[in-house]
Amino acid sequence: MTEQWHLFLAFLRIGLLGYGGGPSMIPLVRSEVVRRYGWLNDEEFGDVLAIGNTLPGPIVTKMAGYIGYRIGGVLGCANALLAVILPSIVLMILLLTTLVAYKDQAWVEGMRKGVVPVVAVMMATLTWDFVKYSKNSFGWLGALALGVVSYVVIGVLDIHPALLIGLWLILALFRREKKPEEGGGETKAAGEQG
Amino acid sequence: MEIYWELFQAFFIPNIVGYGGGPAIIPLIEAEVVGRYGWLTTQEFSEVLALGNGLPSPIATKMAGYIGYKMAGIGGAVVAVGATVLPSLVLMVALLKVLYRFKDSIKVKTMSALVRPTIAVMMGLLTWRFLEGSYSGIGPWQTAGMMAAAYLALEVFRFHPALVVAASLAYGAVVL
Repeated sequence: MTEQWHLFLAFLRIGLLGYGGGPSMIPLVRSEVVRRYGWLNDEEFGDVLAIGNTLPGPIVTKMAGYIGYRIGGVLGCANALLAVILPSIVLMILLLTTLVAYKDQAWVEGMRKGVVPVVAVMMATLTWDFVKYSKNSFGWLGALALGVVSYVVIGVLDIHPALLIGLWLILALFRREKKPEEGGGETKAAGEQG
Repeated sequence: MEIYWELFQAFFIPNIVGYGGGPAIIPLIEAEVVGRYGWLTTQEFSEVLALGNGLPSPIATKMAGYIGYKMAGIGGAVVAVGATVLPSLVLMVALLKVLYRFKDSIKVKTMSALVRPTIAVMMGLLTWRFLEGSYSGIGPWQTAGMMAAAYLALEVFRFHPALVVAASLAYGAVVL
C-alpha cells in the first residue's frame, strides 16, 4: 500500500509541476523515479524513455503507466496514470465551463478575445521550433521540399493529414539500419522526441 | 453512442500518428475537432489551447479531457482521454521486449524527422487562423500590440506561460 501511495505522490507532483508539455516533464519524472524513490536506475530510466519514444502519443503518460505497472501491477498503472493527468483535466474543465457559462458578459467576451493573440504567438514559436528541427534533419532545401509537399497535400488538396503522416511513417520503415559500429553520428540529427 | 465512437476516433487518430514530440499533437487534434467534426470553432480551440498551456501536465490529455467532457459529459472525457493514452501504453507494456530492440533504431528517428516538416506546415496554418481570428476580433493594432507584448514576455523575458495567459485574460477583461 505504501508503494501505491508513493506512486500516487510521485506522479501527482510530476503532473502538477510539469509545465511546457511532455518532453519538458522528463527531468521531473527522472528526479522522482530515479533519485527520490530509486524505482529505476539511470540506465533503466533511459531505456524506458527510449522505448516510449518508439511509440506515438504523449511520452509522460506512457512513462507513468509503464513505471506504475512495473512497481504496482495494473492498479499501480492506473494509479500513476490518473495521478499525472487527472488534476489538470479537472482544472481545465472547471475553468473552461465557467468561462463558457459567463460568455455573454462583456468582460468574459474581452477575456476570450484577449487570449487569441497570445496563442498565435505560442503557435508561431512552436512552428518555428518545428521548422528548425526539420532543417536540422534535412537541410533547408529538403525541409522546404517536404514543407511544400505537405502544404499542397493538406492545404490545397485538403487530404486528411493522418494519411500523409501515415505515409511518412511507412517510408521511414524502409530506412536501412546502420551497422552498430558506424551508428550514432546521423541519429543525433533527428533530435529528441517526446 | 455515435458521439463516443467519433470522440474515440478524433483522439485515437492524432495520437497514433503523433510522432515528433508533444506539441506535434496540437494541429492534429485541431484538424479533427475543428476541421473534421466542427465541435469547436477556431476561437474556442484557441481558448482551450491558451488554458491548456497555462496548466501543467501534457497538453494532449487536457485537450482530450475538456473536449470529451464538452461533447458528452464525463463519459465523453473518459473515452477521449482513454483514446489518447491507452493504445500506446498497452502496446508499451505488452511489447516491451520487442520495442527494446528498436529503441535506438534509425527507423524510429526517421519517423519523427519525416513527420516534423508536415507538423510545421500544419502549425503554420493554425497560426494563420489564429491571426485571422484575432484580426477580426480585436483589429490589427490591438493584435499587433498584444502579440509583440506576448512575444517579449514569453521569449525574451521568459515569463511563465501561465502568467502570460493570465495577463492576457486580465487585459481582455478590462480593456477589450
